[in-house]
Amino acid sequence: MNVNFREYKMGSRFFALALGGSMTITLLLPSFDIASVSATDIAMDKQLWAGHETGFSLDDPLLLGWHKPVKALIKTDPKTGQAMEPTSVYVYEKGAPFPGGILHPDNLGVVSKKLSLEVGRIAEASNKDGAVFLVSSNDQKQYFIENATATRGWTPEDTLKAAGDENVSHAGAGKTYFVREGCWWCHTLLPEQTQDWQVFGAPPMLGDFNGESPTAFGSDRKAPDLLHVGSRNASREWMMLHFFNPRLVQPHSIMPRFDYMWGPVDAKGVKIDYAKWRAEYNEYTEGKRVTPPEVPMYASNSEIRSLIDFVLTMK
Amino acid sequence: MLKYLLAKNEDIPAGSSAIYFGFSAIIWFVLGTGLGAFNASKLAFPDFVTGLEFVSFGHMRQVHVHAVIFGWISMAFAMAMMYITPALGNTKLWSEKLGIWNAFLWNVGLSLGLTVLWMGMTSGREYSDFPWFIDLYIAGFMALPLGINVWMTIINRRTQGIYTTNWFFAAATFMLIIVFIVGNLPEFFHLTGLTEAYLTWWFAHNVLGLWITPVAAAIAYYTIPKVTGNPLYSHRIGHLHFWSVVVFYSTPAAHHLMSAPLPEWLKSFASVEGVLILVPAIAFVSNILLTMQGKWNMFVENLEVRFTVTGCLMAIPLNMQGGFQQTRAINWYIHGTGWIVAHAHLALLGFSTFLEAAAVYLGLQTIMKRKLYSLTLGNVHFWMLLIGFTTYWVSMTIAGLIQGAGKIYEVPYIDVVIAEHPYMIARWIGGSMVFVGNCLWLYNMWMTARLGTLIPAGRMPHELAYER
Repeated sequence: MNVNFREYKMGSRFFALALGGSMTITLLLPSFDIASVSATDIAMDKQLWAGHETGFSLDDPLLLGWHKPVKALIKTDPKTGQAMEPTSVYVYEKGAPFPGGILHPDNLGVVSKKLSLEVGRIAEASNKDGAVFLVSSNDQKQYFIENATATRGWTPEDTLKAAGDENVSHAGAGKTYFVREGCWWCHTLLPEQTQDWQVFGAPPMLGDFNGESPTAFGSDRKAPDLLHVGSRNASREWMMLHFFNPRLVQPHSIMPRFDYMWGPVDAKGVKIDYAKWRAEYNEYTEGKRVTPPEVPMYASNSEIRSLIDFVLTMK
Repeated sequence: MLKYLLAKNEDIPAGSSAIYFGFSAIIWFVLGTGLGAFNASKLAFPDFVTGLEFVSFGHMRQVHVHAVIFGWISMAFAMAMMYITPALGNTKLWSEKLGIWNAFLWNVGLSLGLTVLWMGMTSGREYSDFPWFIDLYIAGFMALPLGINVWMTIINRRTQGIYTTNWFFAAATFMLIIVFIVGNLPEFFHLTGLTEAYLTWWFAHNVLGLWITPVAAAIAYYTIPKVTGNPLYSHRIGHLHFWSVVVFYSTPAAHHLMSAPLPEWLKSFASVEGVLILVPAIAFVSNILLTMQGKWNMFVENLEVRFTVTGCLMAIPLNMQGGFQQTRAINWYIHGTGWIVAHAHLALLGFSTFLEAAAVYLGLQTIMKRKLYSLTLGNVHFWMLLIGFTTYWVSMTIAGLIQGAGKIYEVPYIDVVIAEHPYMIARWIGGSMVFVGNCLWLYNMWMTARLGTLIPAGRMPHELAYER
C-alpha cells in the first residue's frame, strides 16, 4: 500500500482545528447559555401535558398517542371528595413516561429544582404506579412541580374519576397527532419577535421550552401561527367543522380535510358514511343543496378529540 | 447489479457501483420530483385527492424532501465519488464490492426510512425527520461505507498530490458522518427545549453547508476541466474555497432561528458568519467561470458543460440570497415565507441538481462507454428543468414577498392565502415540468445503456457525434 499522505499531515491538522473550533463556538459555548436557562411556569405546564416525547419514541413508535398524560380540571379533592378551587392537574397513568423536568430536575433551573424536590417531592414519583402532578408556586411567585400523589395522596384513578371525561384534555396525544399529521409544515408555533404580536400573540420567552421535545417551531408558514390559538378561538364546534372540512367555515382555506381522524364511528357509535358525506358536500358546492351535510359529532376516544383538545390548550 | 453483491471483488467490472448509484439516483429523482409536484397540486387545489391519511400533504411533504436529498442528490454524489475519486487518483476504486453493497444498503435504508416517514413515524424535527434508528442506519450503513471507499481510494492513489475535487470528497464524507451523529443527539439522548430546537437547525444548516454545497462544487471542479480540456483556473482559489467552507459555512446555524429566544450573541455571530459564506461562493463561481476561458462555445454546444455552468450561474443569486437574507435587516421580512422555499429550491433544484445532472450524464456515458442515446431528449430535459425550476422559483419568490408584506402589516391570514393562489398554481406547473423532464431523462439513460453508440477506448463521450 502506497500511503502517500505525509504532505497532507498539516492539512489534516488544520482541518481538525477548523472544524473543532467551529463546533466549539457553535455548540459548546451556546450550551453553557442554554443549560443555564430556568424553566418558566409555561414550560412546566407544557411539558407536563405533553409528556416525555412527542415525536418517535419506543413508548409510542407509531405516533398513535400511546402512554401520554392527560391534563384535567378538578373541582373536588380526589382523595376526600370535598369541594375545592378548580385546579389543573396532570395525570400520568401507569407506564406513561415522565417528562424531562421530572427525570432531570436540572432542566427546571436552580430554584425550581430545589422547590420541586423539597416541597414538591417529585423524586418520589414512580412511573410504575403513575402519578398526579401540579404546577404550584410559593408566596414569592416561584413556580415548581408538585407530585400530588406524594404530597396529597391523589392517585391517577381517583383524580380521573373526580374530573369526569368532560374536564379531561388529551392535549398530549393531540400534540402527537399534530406532529404525525404534519400540521407544523404550515402552522408555525413561533410568533416572531419582530412582528406578529397583534394577531398571533406574544413571542415565546427564553425558558418556555425547557423539557419540550420536539419544539416543532416550523419554518414554512403557510397558515396562521398556532402558539396562542386557544386564546383567539376557543370554540370546539368551530374546530370540529374546520377539521372535518376547512371549507365549511373558511371557503378560501387550503388546509387538507382531516375527516379521517374521526375514525369509523361517531359519538353515538353509528358508522360514519364518508362517501355519502362527500357526495352530499359536492352537491352543496355545485349549488344543488342549500346547506352542507351535518358534520358528525366525534366519539370521545377519537383522535380528533385529542387534536382539538391540543389546539384549545394552546393559550 | 444484485448478482455482484456476492461476487468476488476482482470479478466486478470497474464502475459497476457508479452505474448502480447513478441509475438509483435518477429513479429517486423521478420519484422525489413526482411527489413534489403532487404536493404542490394540493397547495393549489386542496381537495384534489382528499380524505385519505396517506396521501395527505402532512404525510407526504417530508417524503419529497428526503427522497430528493438522500435519494437523488446524495446518491448522485456517491455516483460521482465512485468514478471521479479513482479517476483523479489514477487508480481503481478501493472496493467495487463495498460500493455495490453501499448502493444496495442505501436503497434499502432509504426505502425503509421514507416508508416510516410516510406512515407518520417522525421525530418531528425538520430535515432530521427520520426516527433515530434510521439516522443511525444512515450514518453507519450509508455514509460510513461511502467515506471508507473514498478515503481508501485517495490513500491508495497513484498520483503525487490530491486534486481539489478529492479534498472536498474526503472532507465532506467525514463531515456528513459528524453532522449526522452530532445533529441527531437530541434523538439519541432525548435533549429537549432550546437545545433540541437549536440542534435541529444546526443539523439542517450543516447537512446543506458541509455536504450538499461542497460536494456539488467539487463535482464542477472535475466536470469543467475534464470536458473543456482547460486546466482549473486556480488551485489557490480552490484552497480558499475549501478552507472558507470549513470555517465559515459550518458556523451560522443559529441564523435559521433569528426570531427564537436563542442567546443574542449567538444570533449576531451566526449572522456575520452567514455573510461570510460569500467568500467560498465567490471563490467557487469565479474559479469555474474563469476555467471556461476560450471554451464558452461549449456552454452552448455541450450538454454537460451547459448543465454545470448553468448551475454555477445559479450559485450567484443563491449565495447573494443566502448571505444577506439571514441578516436581521432582511430576515424579519422574509422569514418563514415562500421566499425561503424558493431559496431552498434554488440551492437544491437549481445550483446543486444542475451540477449533479452533468456528473451523472458524463459519468454514465464514460463508464458504460456508450454515447448518450438522444441529444434531443437531453436538450428537452435541460430546458424542462430550467424553465420548470425558474417558474417555480419566480412564483415562490413573489408569493414569499406577498406573505412577508402580509406578515409585517398583520393582514388577516386568509387574504394572504387568497393572494398566493395563482402562484401556487404556477408552482405546481413548474414542479410538474421538472417531473416530466426527469421521466424523459430516465428513458434517455435507459436507452443509452441499451442502444447508445459504443465509445472507443481512450475517447471522451463528447468527442463523438450524436446520432439522434
